Amino acid sequence: MTELKLPSIDYPAIAPILIMLGVALLGVLVEAFVPRRRRHLVQLTLSLLAVLAALVMVVLNADARLVTAGGALAVDGPTLFLQGTILVLAAMSLLLIGERSVERGGAFVAQAAVTAESADDRQQAEGRNGATEVYPLTSFAIGGMLIFVAANDLLTMFIALEVFSLPLYLLCALARRRRLLSQEAAMKYFLLGAYASAFFLFGVALVYGFTAGIPGRSAGVDFATVHAAVSESPASDVLLYAGMALIAIGLLFKAAAAPFHVWTPDVYQGAPTPVTGFMAACTKVAAFGALLRVFHVAFDRAAWDFTPVLGVVAVLTMLVGAVLAVTQTDIKRLLAYSSIANAGYLLVGVLAPTGAGVSGTMFYLAAYGFSVLAAFAVVTLVRDADGEATHLSRWAGLGRRSPFYAGVFTFILLAFAGIPLTSGFMSKFAVFGPALESGHAWLVVAGVLTSMVLAFPYLRVVVMMWLSEPGESTPTVAVPGGLTATALMIGVAATLILGVVPAPLLDLATDAAAFVR
Amino acid sequence: MDEILTYAQAEPAGAVTYAAADGLLSSVWLLVAIPLVSAAILLLLGRRADRWGHWLGVAAIGAAFVLGLTSFFQLRGLENKSVELSLWDFITVGNLRVDFGLLFDPLAAVFVLLITGVGFLIHLYAVEYMAHDEGRRRFFAYFNLFVAAMLLLVLGNNYVMLYFGWEGVGLASYLLISFWYGRPSAATAGKKAFLMNRVGDAGLAIGIFILFATLGTTQYDEVFTGVGGLASGTVLVLGLLLLLGAAGKSGQFPLQAWLPDAMEGPTPVSALIHAATMVTAGVYLIARSNPIFSANETLQLVVVSVGALTLLMGCIIGAAKDDIKRVLAWSTVSQIGYMFLGVGLGGAAYALAIVHLLAHGFFKANMFLGAGSVMHGMNDQVDIRRFGGLSKYMKVTWITFMMGWLAIIGMFPFSGFFSKEPIIVAAFEREGWTAWLFGGAALLGAGLTAFYMTRLFVLTFHGPKRWTEDIEHPHESPKLMTIPLILLAVGSVGAGFLLATSVPDWLTATAGLGGEHAEHAAVLPHWLLTALSLVVTVLGAGLAWALFRNGTATAPQPAGVLVTAARRNLYTDAFNEVVFEKPGIFLTRALVYLDNRGIDGLVNGLAAGVGGGSGRLRRWQTGFVRSYATSILTGALLVVAAFLAVQAGWLA
Repeated sequence: MTELKLPSIDYPAIAPILIMLGVALLGVLVEAFVPRRRRHLVQLTLSLLAVLAALVMVVLNADARLVTAGGALAVDGPTLFLQGTILVLAAMSLLLIGERSVERGGAFVAQAAVTAESADDRQQAEGRNGATEVYPLTSFAIGGMLIFVAANDLLTMFIALEVFSLPLYLLCALARRRRLLSQEAAMKYFLLGAYASAFFLFGVALVYGFTAGIPGRSAGVDFATVHAAVSESPASDVLLYAGMALIAIGLLFKAAAAPFHVWTPDVYQGAPTPVTGFMAACTKVAAFGALLRVFHVAFDRAAWDFTPVLGVVAVLTMLVGAVLAVTQTDIKRLLAYSSIANAGYLLVGVLAPTGAGVSGTMFYLAAYGFSVLAAFAVVTLVRDADGEATHLSRWAGLGRRSPFYAGVFTFILLAFAGIPLTSGFMSKFAVFGPALESGHAWLVVAGVLTSMVLAFPYLRVVVMMWLSEPGESTPTVAVPGGLTATALMIGVAATLILGVVPAPLLDLATDAAAFVR
Repeated sequence: MDEILTYAQAEPAGAVTYAAADGLLSSVWLLVAIPLVSAAILLLLGRRADRWGHWLGVAAIGAAFVLGLTSFFQLRGLENKSVELSLWDFITVGNLRVDFGLLFDPLAAVFVLLITGVGFLIHLYAVEYMAHDEGRRRFFAYFNLFVAAMLLLVLGNNYVMLYFGWEGVGLASYLLISFWYGRPSAATAGKKAFLMNRVGDAGLAIGIFILFATLGTTQYDEVFTGVGGLASGTVLVLGLLLLLGAAGKSGQFPLQAWLPDAMEGPTPVSALIHAATMVTAGVYLIARSNPIFSANETLQLVVVSVGALTLLMGCIIGAAKDDIKRVLAWSTVSQIGYMFLGVGLGGAAYALAIVHLLAHGFFKANMFLGAGSVMHGMNDQVDIRRFGGLSKYMKVTWITFMMGWLAIIGMFPFSGFFSKEPIIVAAFEREGWTAWLFGGAALLGAGLTAFYMTRLFVLTFHGPKRWTEDIEHPHESPKLMTIPLILLAVGSVGAGFLLATSVPDWLTATAGLGGEHAEHAAVLPHWLLTALSLVVTVLGAGLAWALFRNGTATAPQPAGVLVTAARRNLYTDAFNEVVFEKPGIFLTRALVYLDNRGIDGLVNGLAAGVGGGSGRLRRWQTGFVRSYATSILTGALLVVAAFLAVQAGWLA
C-alpha cells in the first residue's frame, strides 16, 4: 500500500480564503447559539472583521507569487489585486447590508418562509428586524469569489463559481418589500445560473479530453496543462474550440455579457438593493478576474482565434447595454444596463494581450466597483412610505428637494459617462489605451460610440433631477445611517480621487499584472 | 526630481533647469492652498460664516503673505535662486507629461509678495468698505479665490498650470465684477469682461497646444530650452497667440474695452484687479515667456507697438473721462502699456517693466482705495465734476491720494519716477527711427499722464465745491480704511527707489530675464531724457492745474473732434460693434439656423433611431425564464459555431 502523499499547502498565502470561509461557518453557529436581538451586531462585526483580517493578509502577502494546494490555487499579482479589490468592495457592501436606520429592520425580510403578500408578510414588512442569515451567506459568497480569482484549474474554478453563486441566489430572494419580485428574480437567477454552470462544466470536460495525449504530461484541467495542450496536443482542435467556447459562455454569463445578459436587469431590479450593489461590484470583479486568468494563462496561445469572437461579444454587449439603457424607466434597471455596457468595455481590456490590458482591466474593476456601490447606496436612500422609489419619474426634481444627494448622484453618473476628473474617464482610458496599442481599434471605436449613446440616459437622469419641478410624488431622501453614509462617502471619494490622482492605483495594478502559471 | 541641477544663468537659448525645492520652500504649495481652502470654507459654510467670514478671508491672505515673505527670504539665501516643487503628475499621456508642479523663483517671488502684500491691505480695507453689504462673506470668498487663482498662475511651473490659474482669475473676476448682479450694468460688465477674456484665453490655449505639438511639453524649463530649435515662423505665431492672451487679461489693445467697464464691481475689486491681480497676469506671462519673445525680433516689435499704442490710447481717453474710477481704469490701461513696452524692449528692460509693475501695484491700489474712500464719504458719487474742495474734509484720503498722484505722474522722488523713467530711457535705446517713435510715445504718454491725473486730483480735492444737494458734510473714512491707505501711500513714496535699486539684480536669476541683449546707445543722452521727462510731467501737470484750478462745468460741454472721440473711447467700442459684434451676430444666426435645420435634424434622427431600436429590443426582455434560456442557448450556439468556424478557417 503506497502512502498517500498530501499536497503541500502554503497556509499564509491562502489565509484570506480560509478566514472568509471560516467566519462564514462561524456565522452559521452564531445563528444557532446567539440570542436573536444580539445577532445583528455580532454578525455584522464578525463579517466586517473577517473582511478586514482577510484584507490584512492580502496586504501581507503582497509579494507572494506562487502556486499552492496541489496546483489548485495560484497566488500572484492579479490574484492579490483582485482579492484586495473584492474585499474592499465587500466591506462597503456589508456596510450597506448592515444598515438598519434607513428602513426599520433593514433591507431584508425577517422570515423568508412567510408567504409573500400575506397578512404576516405585511406585518413583518412594518419593522421586524431582518434576517441575519445574510451575513454568513455574504461571507460564503466573498470566500467563493476569493477562490474564483485564485483558481488555477478549471475544476477549482467551477467549485468556486458554485460557492459564490449559491449564496447570491438566496440573497436575491430576501428583499423586505416587493417580495414576489425578489423571489422571481432569485428563481430566474438560479435557473439561468445553473444552466450556465452546465455549459461551463461541459466545456471543462471537452478541454480535459483535449489535454489527453500530450507527450510527457498526464491529462488535466490545470492551466499549465491546458496552456501546453493548446500548442502540443495531438487531439482534434474541435475539442479545444468547443470547450473554450463553452467555458467562455459560463464566465460571460456571470460577467453579464450579451447575449448572456438577459437575467441582469430582472435580478438587479428584484434583489434587495445592497445585494444588487454587491453583485454589481464584487461579482463583476470575480467574473472578470476569472476571464482574465482563463484567457491570459490557459488559452493565451489561441488569442488569434478567440479575440475576434469575444470581440464581437464585447461590441454586442456594449451596444445592447447602451441602447437598452436609453428607454429604461427604473433606476435599478438603468444601472443594470449600464453594468452590462461596462462589461463590454471590460472585455475590451481583457482582449488586449498585454500586461497593460490586465492592469487596465483591474483598474477599471476597482474604479467601477466604487462608483456603482455609491450609486446603489444613493438608490437605497431615495424612498417613500412604500420603500425605495426606483421609478425614474419619481426622481424628477430631486435636486430641489435634496441638492446634496442629487449632487452626489450626478457626480457618479458623470463618472459612469466617463467625464474627465472622475474615475470613469481614467478607467475607460486604461482599457482603451492597451486595446488601441494591440491593434484592436475597432473595439475602441465601438466603445467610444456606445459611450456617447450611454451618456444620454445618464444625463437624462441628471436633467430630470435638476431641471424638473419636484412633483407631488417626488420622494424625500432618507437621512442615511452611519453605515450607508460611510459606504457612500468611500465610493464618492474613490471616484473622485481615482479620477484626479489615478497614478498610485494604476502603478499598483501595473506591478501586479503578471500571472504565474 | 531627485537630482539637483545647477542653474544655467541667463541664457535665453541655452538649457534652463530648476532645482528641487526642499526645507521650508517645499511648503510653497500652501500659498495657493490657504486662500483656496478659506474660499471653500466661506462658500460651503454659507450663512453660518457670515459673522466672522471676512476676518477668515483677511487672515488667509495675511498668512499667505507671511509665508510668502519667509519663502522669499529662504530663496534669497539660496545660491540657485529657482526651486521647483513637483506635487504629482497631472496628465501623463503617451509622450506628454504635465506636472502638477510649482516653480518658486525670483520672478514668482516678487509677484507673490505683490499679490499677497497689496492683496492683504485691500482685503483689510474691504472689511470696512463692505461692512453694510449683505453679501460680505460671499465677497470675501470670491476675493480669496481671486488671490488663490492668481498665486497659482504665477507659481505654476508649466503653461498648463498657468492656464489653470488664468481661468481661475477669469472666473473670480467675473464673479466679482458682477458681484452686484442685481444691477443690469454690473451683470453686463461681468459678461463683457468674461467674453473679452475668452478671446484672449483662446489665444493662450492655442499657444499651449502649439507647445504640445511642437515641443511635446509645457514645462517652462523644457520649453525655454527647446524654443531655440523652433522655426522662427512657429515662434512668431506662438508669441502672437501668447500676446493675445496677455492682451486679454491685461486690457491691452485690441482687448482693452472690458477693463474700464469692470468698474461696476465694488471698489476694492477694482483695486485688486488693477493693482495686485488680473491685469498683471499678462505682463507676467510675457516676462515668464521671455525666452520665446526674445527669440524673434518681429515679435518684440509687435509687443512694443501694442504697448506704445495702448499707453497713448489710455492717456487720451483717460483725459476725457469724468468718472473717477474710469479715469483710474484708463490710467491702468496706459500704465500697463508702459509695462508691455518694457517687456517688449527685451533684455534688461524686462526687469524695468517688473519694477514698474510692482511700483504701480502700490500707487494704483492706493488711488483706487482712495477713490473708494471718496465715494464712501460722498454717497457713492463717482463724477469728478461733482467733487471739489474735499481736501479740507478728508485729510488722510487727500494726503495719501496725493502720494499716489505724484507717484503715477513720475514726479521725483516718488516711486513712479524711478520705475517709469528708465522705461522711457530704454525706449530711446533702440536702433534708428523706432527709438524716436517709441521713445517719443513714452515721453508724450508721461506728459499726458501728468495732465489727466492732475485734472483728476485737482477736480476732486481742490477748487470750488460742486457737490450734489444731498451731501452736506463729507466725512473721512474709518480707521480700517485709512490705515491701508497710509501704508500704501508709504509704498507709493518709497517703493520706487527701493525696487529700482534691488529688483533688477534680484531678477537676473530668473530664466532669461536681464540676459544678454544687444545694447544700443540711446539716441539722446541719459540726463537729457531724465530732464525731458520731468519737464513734460511738470508741463502736463501745470496745464491741468491752470485749467481746472477753478473747477469745471457740471454738465458735459461741447467739444472738438479729439475730445469727443476720447469720450467715446476713441471709437474702439463702435469699431468692435461694427467689425466683430454685427458680423458675429449674423454668423451666430446663420449657425443657429444651420444647427436647427441640419445638425439637429441629423442628431434627432439618430436619437430617434436609437430610441426606436431600444424600444424594439426591449420587447425581447419579456420576463419569462424560458425566453431568456432560449436567448442564452441561441447565443451559446452562435458562439460555439463562431469558434468552430474560426478553427475551420472560415472566418480567418
